[in-house]
Parts: sequence; structure tokens; C-alpha cells
Amino acid sequence: MNLSELFGAIPGWGYVPAFVQMMVVGLVPAVLVVLAVVTPVGLLGTYAERRWSAFMQDRLGPNRVGLPIWFDGWQRDYTNKPWYIKLWGLVQPLADGIKLLGKEDFVPPGGDKLLFLAAPLIVFAGALGMFVALPLSYGLTAADLNVGIFYLLAVGAVEVIGVLMAGWASNNKWSLLGSMREVAQVVAYEIPMALTALCPVLLAGSLRMGAIIEHQQTAYDLWGLTIGGEGLAQWGLGWNLFRAFPVNVVAIVIFYTCALANLKRAPFDLPESESELVSGFLTEYSGMRWGLFFLGEYAAMFALSGITATLFLGGWGSGPAYGALMLVPVKEIPLGVATLDWRTVAGVVEFSWKTCALFLLMMNLRWTLPRLRLDQVMSLCFKYFVPFSMACLLLSGLAALAGA
Amino acid sequence: MGTGDGIGIQLAFFAFSALAVGSALLAATARKIVHSAFSLLATFFGVAGIYGVLGSDFMAVTQVVVYVGGILVLLVFGVLLTDRIPDEFRVAKPRNYLPAVVASGLTFLGLAWAITGTSWARLPHVLRTPAEAGPTTERIARSLLTDYLLPFEFSSILLLVVLVGAARVARGGTR
Repeated sequence: MNLSELFGAIPGWGYVPAFVQMMVVGLVPAVLVVLAVVTPVGLLGTYAERRWSAFMQDRLGPNRVGLPIWFDGWQRDYTNKPWYIKLWGLVQPLADGIKLLGKEDFVPPGGDKLLFLAAPLIVFAGALGMFVALPLSYGLTAADLNVGIFYLLAVGAVEVIGVLMAGWASNNKWSLLGSMREVAQVVAYEIPMALTALCPVLLAGSLRMGAIIEHQQTAYDLWGLTIGGEGLAQWGLGWNLFRAFPVNVVAIVIFYTCALANLKRAPFDLPESESELVSGFLTEYSGMRWGLFFLGEYAAMFALSGITATLFLGGWGSGPAYGALMLVPVKEIPLGVATLDWRTVAGVVEFSWKTCALFLLMMNLRWTLPRLRLDQVMSLCFKYFVPFSMACLLLSGLAALAGA
Repeated sequence: MGTGDGIGIQLAFFAFSALAVGSALLAATARKIVHSAFSLLATFFGVAGIYGVLGSDFMAVTQVVVYVGGILVLLVFGVLLTDRIPDEFRVAKPRNYLPAVVASGLTFLGLAWAITGTSWARLPHVLRTPAEAGPTTERIARSLLTDYLLPFEFSSILLLVVLVGAARVARGGTR
């Protein structure tokens, strides 16, 4: 599965200048990740959220828009025709996208046009940047950076600038208030988030996501017992959640809650609290620019769920699904010019179920918990999360010394 | 990849340098002070990219964390929160061209003199290619906690003092 070998098979590839070759080989994984992961996540995320909230509130949600496989003239109702596949409304996001594209691209008078147009791009780019270092499966990481988790947290913070830009450029007090709240909240919650992210880093002894995953595939000692020996670690016993036992359970709760706050989703949706600020920094946005904020939000939700799964729940490399699939006596699947490693398949399944579960939990929390007040948000962060995450860091350091 | 590697790295270096210099020029000449602040975003990313090209991955990410996530946010926050700026100051009018040109020119000349005057070959700990550097995180951590432990601890005490002082100032006269 070497990309430069794959490209080398193209006739005439040798005549292309070397740096163009390098750029193409480097860009292809990035573009593939965008097309194959971010777009479906953004589209299906909106659909899942609407359906899930509908189920929770005893409604139906979007269940109509499907695919007509035959055109039989314009009609009033297509949904009862035999040539119309309803697909549980799965095509709704596409219809929404077409609607958003058709809307007027409105810039508020008196607003700052350049910044107004640039803001959604920066928010989306920040979310996209996280996918570069997100380990999706064996050999399916666009770049397994040496500073992996550090990079992920850094790029995730770029979104703040975009929101601040949006709030300022809208020339609207609600927008500005919303983005002020966003900045206060995100900057505060980055502290416990980074501190708790360091717990798995300490245990693995590396910032590289791949190393953190490999570390969780190994056995370890807990209070004098060897846990995860004889291949049991890849069934999920080696997860960081169970290492240094009670410490990382607290750490994952803090990390996940901070992720929720950084995503400004309920109960932390003060930046766009619609009962007070109309829609906060989104007030003046319409059409596809508004849609880009949402694509960015769902992409970031998925990325942060994936990071939580990787840091504490073994990532693609260990867990029940991975352990079960590794029992299958297949080593690799031949696919024309390349072969697909079986670990890649098992890893995708393992990563997907954990990430989707955490993704769904975010939705559950959004539709069950009421919004916090600003002072509650701040005291939760500084009075509870910061001291607890510092204690977690200290204790996992001790555990790492003891060989967990 | 042989020679292709060198060309690619040079290309990336010049692209990031152009980004950093161009946006820094924009920051210095933009009419609105908010534009200046936001164009620093591109400058910081350009500098981070140069660090990345030179093989210093930890520095690159630190640059983004510290400057984009911290300093830039504070800067913009400060500009937005200061509502009592009179309108004639909201529009940036550079007044001190001559001192600025002299100061930055002297800085440039000094840096150029220092860089060209140093005999790099005699400094064994300076690495000449990014590939030589390898992963930097571990080496930075090691030297911070061994050779440079005292300055490291001093800077953390300084930051702690600043934190306590900031909390004291922020609480004002309530206590």
C-alpha cells in the first residue's frame, strides 16, 4: 500500500518533476481523507442528529427524502410510488445542501466583508486539520506525526479565531457577545483538556498517536496483577481507561466534557444560546457559509470523539471488535495492484464503533441536559476540572513510574 | 527521493516565507487595526510552517499553540473589548515611518551580520539537514530536565507569580 509505488505504475510518471511528484503523493491522502471521511461525517452527522433527537422526543424527524429511481412526470407526492426508495430519509442532507447553495450569500451592511467571508473557511479548516493526524486504522493515518496529540489540540484551537472573526465581522452585538463567550469558554477549557490528554501520553511515553495505540496493545501490571497478558490486551484489557485504574476514568470524563465545551455544544452552547443571543456568532450567516460552520462542527465532533477513543479506549488497535476480527484466519486481502492488510479492516471496525458511540453520546447529552450559566461554566472548569486534571496528571506520572 | 527532496523542501520554505512576510506586511500596512490583528494569523502559520520545513516539529506546533491559540486570541480580544478607542485610532495611520524603517533595518542588518558571520561548521550541535534532526520532542524534554533545569524552574516560578498577580488584580478591591 505504498503510494509512491502506486503512482509509479502510471505510465509517464517518471517524466513528472520530482517536487510535483512529491506534492501529489503528499496531497492525495489529504484529499482522500477529506472526500472519504469528512464529507460523509458532516452530511450524515446532521441527519443523525435530527433523527436521534426526534426519536428522543417521540417525533419522526426527516424520513421522506429518498431516491427516485425512475422519473414518471412531476407529481404531488412521490413517496408512495413503487419506484421511489425512501431510504429512511437518508438523502435529506443532500437536499439541505442544495437548498443552502441556493440561498443568498448575504453580507450584513456595515460588516467587514473580507473577514465575514473568511471566518467560516477558517473554522472549517481548523476542523479539517485535525483529520491529518487522526489514526483511523492500521496504515490509515494521513500523517502519524511525532507530535500527534499536541498537533491535534493546537489545530483544534484555530477554530476560536474563526469564530472571533465571524462575531466581529457581523457588525452585530449578539454575534460579538456570542464570540466573546466562545473565546472565554474555549480558552478556559483547553487547560484541563490538555492536562488530561497528557495522562495517556505519560503512560505511553510519546506524543505520537501510533505509539499511544501500540502501548494499549500491551500487557501491564495493576496492583501486582498482570492484566492483558496472552493476547488479551488486544481485546481491550490494555486500554488506558483501565491503566492506573481509577485515575484515567476521571481523566476521560474530564477530557470528553472539555471536548464538548470546546465544540460549544449543549450544555455548553452559550456562544449561540438562541434564547438569549438569537444565534450568537451565527446570527448574520446564511446559505452555504452557515452550512460550513455546521460541517466544521460535525467534523470536529467526529475528530474529538476519535481522539477520545484513541487516547483512552485503545483507538483502532484494541477492543472487542478488533479482538474478534483478529481471530479470523486472514492476513491480507489482495486488491489488484495493492493488498489490504486485515488489521486495517479490523481497525476500521473497531475505531468506527467507538467513535460513533462517543459521537452519539454527544448528541444524547445535547438533547437531555439544560444549558449551563456562564458562571457555572467557569466554576466547573476552574474549581473542579483544573485541580482534578492536575491530580490525574500527577497520579498517572506515578503510575507510569510504577510501570502501568 | 534524492534531489526531489531538496527542491520540495526549498519550495515549501519559500512558500511559507512568502506567506509570513506578505501577511506581516499586511499587518503593518492594513488600515483597520482588526485586519492587522487577524493577518497575524497567516504570519504565525507561515513561521510555524518554516519550523516544520526545517525539521523542528515540536517548535512548529508550539508556535501554533502559543501564538495562534494564546497571543493572537488575547490580542484580538483586547482590540474588540476596548470600546473607548476614538475612531481616529481605530484606523491605523502609520506616523513614525522613519524611526520604524531605521529600527527594523538595523535589526535586519544585525541579524544578517550574525548569521553570515558565524562559522556554522565549527558548531557541532547545529544540525544541517532536517533529516539529521529526527524527532525533537524527546531531546527537548531531556535537555529541559537535565542541562537547563534551573532556567526551566525559574520560568515556571515566574509564570506562577504572574498567575497569582493576575488573579489578585482581577479580583480588584473586593477583598
